[in-house]
Amino acid sequence: MRIPPGQYVTADFPVLSAGPTPHTALELWDFSIVGELAEPRGWTWEEFRALPSEEITRDIHCVTKWTKLDTVWRGVSVDTLLEGIETAAEFVTQYSDGGYTTNLPLEDVTGGKAWVVFAYDGQPLEPEHGGPARMLVPHHYFWKSAKWVRGLRLQSTDEPGFWETNGYHNYGDPWQEQRYTGD
Amino acid sequence: MGELMLDGNAIAGLLQEVFAVEMTTAIGTCGGCGAAGPVGAVHVYRGAGIVLRCPHCNNALAKIVKNDSRVWIDFQGIRTLEVAV
Amino acid sequence: MAGTALHGRLTWQLAELVKAVAETPRVKTIVFDVPGWPGHRAGQHVDVRLTAEDGYQAERSYSIASAPDGTRVALTVQRLEDGEVSPYLTDELRPGDKIELRGPIGGYFVWEPSEGGPLMLVAGGSGIVPLMAMIRTRAAAGDDTEMRLLYSSRSQDDLIYRDELERLSGNGLTVVHALTDSQPPGWTGYARRVDAEMLAEVAPSPTERPRFYACGPTPFVEAVAGALVRLGHDPLAIKTERFGPTGR
Repeated sequence: MRIPPGQYVTADFPVLSAGPTPHTALELWDFSIVGELAEPRGWTWEEFRALPSEEITRDIHCVTKWTKLDTVWRGVSVDTLLEGIETAAEFVTQYSDGGYTTNLPLEDVTGGKAWVVFAYDGQPLEPEHGGPARMLVPHHYFWKSAKWVRGLRLQSTDEPGFWETNGYHNYGDPWQEQRYTGD
Repeated sequence: MGELMLDGNAIAGLLQEVFAVEMTTAIGTCGGCGAAGPVGAVHVYRGAGIVLRCPHCNNALAKIVKNDSRVWIDFQGIRTLEVAV
Repeated sequence: MAGTALHGRLTWQLAELVKAVAETPRVKTIVFDVPGWPGHRAGQHVDVRLTAEDGYQAERSYSIASAPDGTRVALTVQRLEDGEVSPYLTDELRPGDKIELRGPIGGYFVWEPSEGGPLMLVAGGSGIVPLMAMIRTRAAAGDDTEMRLLYSSRSQDDLIYRDELERLSGNGLTVVHALTDSQPPGWTGYARRVDAEMLAEVAPSPTERPRFYACGPTPFVEAVAGALVRLGHDPLAIKTERFGPTGR
């Protein structure tokens, strides 16, 4: 069973957004790991692109019911970004240009489950799809993969994000159809 | 602003479904910049849910998530809403 | 403020297609009979909901094109290439078929003859639809409020309601066309996209305190509203309805 319950396969790539498309110049872009770690980490665009990256092919599932099969991305594993970091944090908040946030347990973005991606289908990620870089966490509904991501905040407390505070499920597992609070 | 952006007219049906009264003529005051204007003129974005933004300062006035049986609305960005009854 | 508030929760109901009329190669007017229709005001719209056999639902809003006419409601729909709903409405629906709709919806982007003018309507492509409802309502009421329409289309073949607009011109209604992509031989009208200079030439002056309704794709409406404000018109006198991306 490849399609999660209640989903419909689409050939398109619908563009959904909570706000206007941010446009951050690459010279000004950076990505940070902040919060509960000894020292915050950051990368400029050049430094980020110099990190080892990989091609990732996954199905993605939007809570609005569309599923897109075999989407191809290129990005840096979150495991690479967190390499060597010691933290007691159990949760992580992704934060983006424009103010969007989304939360997950730290174990859901580690162990080969999440990436910061910068290319889709062999091309640089377009701004309307989250470029220059967005999160890819395909085992959750896609609102848990923040577009225009600028960093991860490691936290010992869970902090429901932009949609989790207003009706969408705190965890968002498509296979248990956890779309809404209380599902 | 982006060609995907709509305005309050696009969610008039949804709002009337929830509030049982026409809402696009309601006047909202932005909690961010204090500007006041009709709901029909606010900027509307469709993400996982719907976001209403102030046309002057882009502050998120409201967020709306809906399924078949429930609607969740966050109004934190609106200071006051004036509706004719 | 446009009249009294409408009360009552909207409910979905079945509407039966009575007839369909091709307006242009990609645009069709579909006329429904809606049992119990309470009437509507020019500028209002309906929400249409389609349910596929596998349960997939898609919902879209369509402006009402007609003036109030008993239980008859006309929608003018542009067929979008990758559309989920429009191709069904323009290509599959047959007289006698029923669809779910609810309405009438809206109170901000509406006009009634009692509101007066002078009025200027600015239409980009399919944005003409709710404005045509205003023009038809004005005509049906025998109203002579000064009304100017600036209607931007890609070519003459894309002009919706072309003959009717010509017929209704006069008696206070002025229709000005802008054809942006191609023009017929001998065309003496505007042959470019709507800009501040064109608006300044066509619109009443700010001293006449005109009211504006602008409708069409989002970038079009943004450009028009911005230009009108910079020309000195009162932002509160400019009402807008954005249709999203162009159908291009």
